[in-house]
Amino acid sequence: MLKVDNLTKMFGGLAAVSNVSVEFEANKVNAIIGPNGAGKSTFFNLIAGAHKPTSGTILLDGKDVTNLPCDQIARLGVGRTFQTTNLFEQATVLDNLIVGHRLRTRSGLWDVLVNSRRLQAEERACREKAREALDFVGLSHVENRFIADITQEERKRVAFALALATDPKILLLDEPAAGVNPEETEGLADLMRKMINHGLTVCLIEHKMGMIMGIADKIMVLDHGEKIAEGTPEQVSNDAAVIEAYLGGDEDAAA
Amino acid sequence: MNLFLQQIMNGLTLGSIYGLVALGLTLVYGILHIPNFAHGALYMVGAFMSYFLMVDVGVHYWFAMAGSAAIVAVLAIICERLVFHPLRHSPPIHDKIAAIGILLFLEAVVQMFWGADFRRMSSPFTGILNFDGLIIPEQRLLIIIGALTLVAGLQIFLRKTMTGATIIAMAQNREGAFLVGIDANRVAMMTFGISGALAAIAATLYAPINLVYPAMGHLVIMKAFVIIILGGMGSIPGAIVGGMIIGFAEAFGGFYISTAYKDIIAFGLLVVILSIRPQGLFAKGAH
Amino acid sequence: MLLKIAALLMKPGAKMAMLAFALVFPFLAANEYQVYVMATAFIWAIAVYGLNIITGYCGQLNLAHGGFFAIGAYTLGLLTADYGWSFWPAFVGALVMTAVLGFLVGVVSLRLKEHYFAIFTLCVGFIIYLLLDKWEELTHGAIGVRDIAAPYGFGLVDFTDTTPFYYLVLGFLVLAMWFISRLSKSLLGRTFIAIRNGDELAESLGINLMRNKVLAFVLSTTYAGLAGALYAGMVRFIGPEEANINHTFDMITYLLVGGIGTLSGPLLGTLGLVWITQSLQFLEEYRMIIFGPLLVVLVIFFPRGIVGSFLTWIHRKSQALVPEGKRKDSKVTPTKEAENNA
Repeated sequence: MLKVDNLTKMFGGLAAVSNVSVEFEANKVNAIIGPNGAGKSTFFNLIAGAHKPTSGTILLDGKDVTNLPCDQIARLGVGRTFQTTNLFEQATVLDNLIVGHRLRTRSGLWDVLVNSRRLQAEERACREKAREALDFVGLSHVENRFIADITQEERKRVAFALALATDPKILLLDEPAAGVNPEETEGLADLMRKMINHGLTVCLIEHKMGMIMGIADKIMVLDHGEKIAEGTPEQVSNDAAVIEAYLGGDEDAAA
Repeated sequence: MNLFLQQIMNGLTLGSIYGLVALGLTLVYGILHIPNFAHGALYMVGAFMSYFLMVDVGVHYWFAMAGSAAIVAVLAIICERLVFHPLRHSPPIHDKIAAIGILLFLEAVVQMFWGADFRRMSSPFTGILNFDGLIIPEQRLLIIIGALTLVAGLQIFLRKTMTGATIIAMAQNREGAFLVGIDANRVAMMTFGISGALAAIAATLYAPINLVYPAMGHLVIMKAFVIIILGGMGSIPGAIVGGMIIGFAEAFGGFYISTAYKDIIAFGLLVVILSIRPQGLFAKGAH
Repeated sequence: MLLKIAALLMKPGAKMAMLAFALVFPFLAANEYQVYVMATAFIWAIAVYGLNIITGYCGQLNLAHGGFFAIGAYTLGLLTADYGWSFWPAFVGALVMTAVLGFLVGVVSLRLKEHYFAIFTLCVGFIIYLLLDKWEELTHGAIGVRDIAAPYGFGLVDFTDTTPFYYLVLGFLVLAMWFISRLSKSLLGRTFIAIRNGDELAESLGINLMRNKVLAFVLSTTYAGLAGALYAGMVRFIGPEEANINHTFDMITYLLVGGIGTLSGPLLGTLGLVWITQSLQFLEEYRMIIFGPLLVVLVIFFPRGIVGSFLTWIHRKSQALVPEGKRKDSKVTPTKEAENNA
């Protein structure tokens, strides 16, 4: 599905991601863990095209996407969520989601001027897609509420829905369960399983070990930009290098 | 040859003033990430305060400068408390608009009290030094020496004192600074205070060879922005070097190319540089 | 009661009533001067609608907007006064000029993020002012441009009269608002709003930032050019002061008071403030003593202006009327609510 080869990113003289090679399989939950500053978010930014890698290649379904800009990578089916999602607070949930399917439409200024049939059809399609995504994350009942009026956990789900509305093949989720309580975390994990059941591939960064161990099919561990281990949850949790990295001075290990 | 040296002198004078104004602007940006559009208005208020203290109160130039610096520092701190502090979590467009609001208000208030006329400010340093044909008015020398002293003083304050160290720490790493228990409010207020005082002193130094009027801050603030973009937003050495670059470009450009367009040189430079390097000349990485 | 009035305002009939009022205004006005003031206010409103596209919808604070207004005015003025063009071709010329310059400035400036963009456009606005003031061979410098042609009415109307000109401006205003209303509801408008929410997020949704930002910027400068050209055709004598940064600041104030990113905000804000400044003569010169703090108070307490706050209020009310069971079923702890409202 996603194959990364010798990926390196230097900032100034420092390597944020150094020589990482990994392959994420389709229809699986792939997790990336590691202490703070290990380069996890940078790794995501590289895959999504937000940063240009210093060297290395990224293959998506066998296609080289290494130097493509963000928006094109999104069109190729890479959806993502961020640690914080800024949405239009004084607009309804549904209104915020409609733009999610924009990348699959083609209407431009001219269509707006003449209110073309294509524009009307595409707007209908986007609205339907938004409803579908909202339904998928279980939030149909809040579609008409303002973003400002929904809970933290609902916001997380809206962010998922927005990424889903782009019709992705693979989803990059950056700490989706940060700031929600254990019960809700379980709910979000269920949602990720549901994505897998619908044929999607999930790739997530997370600090909540309980959740990771329960849901991940495969874990990659980064430390100081380097891959120090990968494997199933059991393999990784028994890996000497991983234990060393976490005990070697990170408070998140306990979380 | 002498004309050439004369332009170097002019470049140094202009560069010193621009550098001082840019220094305050870059400090505030480095620490609070606010592009303070009202900084030029603080500069203008500084000039008017000195003018007021000298003409209406009758104090000496030096005391007027000190008084003006104190008043504007307090004014800047008030702005931070009343306006920027409440907006610290707002979308970035809000603090810019608020800064514009402060700018409009200060200008209108000054204009209400003193009118829109151009005023001349006197200075005790009216002599002219003649070094073998190179003519240097005392006030220009004072500007250069004053600016150098202030920059050196600021460096010592930032590097050698505990309070200065907290400012630097916060400029370099905001989150880290919170973790080690730096009082962010105090640092923010102090930074605004310093930047206001620097602007007032720069204005008082420059006013005797220029004019005092409510719109005097417009050009200066825009050039100061150009300078900190050139030098990297938040960088102290960048502000000084950038100030000198613009000062010299104007002095020589105004003399050898065109006086009418000398004010456009800075902006032309900005357009060219940002067209080639959107992240600024000396900036490391993107913000 | 309040809610009923509010509901009335939301009805399409309210728009028709406003349009009807605008149409009969010249007959209600006490004198020609009032008609003139209203026409000026409409012209500014058109420009503010332009600012709303790039700043309100797309989230990029453009401080060169007054400069583009001046370019529109000067293009029309110079083409008619110096180059013998008649009004309507020069009018089209002014639109093309502001669109093309907007494109060029946009391509350079929109690669810059937030603060850099605002600072850059501040400088662009100033460069425009300096060029108008200093480039005497082209612009007549500080003397300004005189003898600008008035629009000719093809033998049907005489636009040198205030009232016909008022209707001309009203026509353009309605056209401008019609397009914005269509734009804001369309996928394109939603794309702009997604960019306002954040570059990073927008890109992750497959939105091409540059293409959309430049489009929004060109639309906004064309609106400024349209307003500027109408202004030149009305006053028929312009100077470098048209590019004064204070005009941009005025427009930002109108936009914020009315409601940034809303459909009727720019019109209400502009009309309201223009008439208030007009009726309080002493405000003319010192309006900034009020406008300045007003801007600060607005961004701190009512960042969405009159219209935005009103719409939010209406929405909350209408949500509250939906039966409790239907509205939501998730368990919300009080702390969460507080967190979200903070």
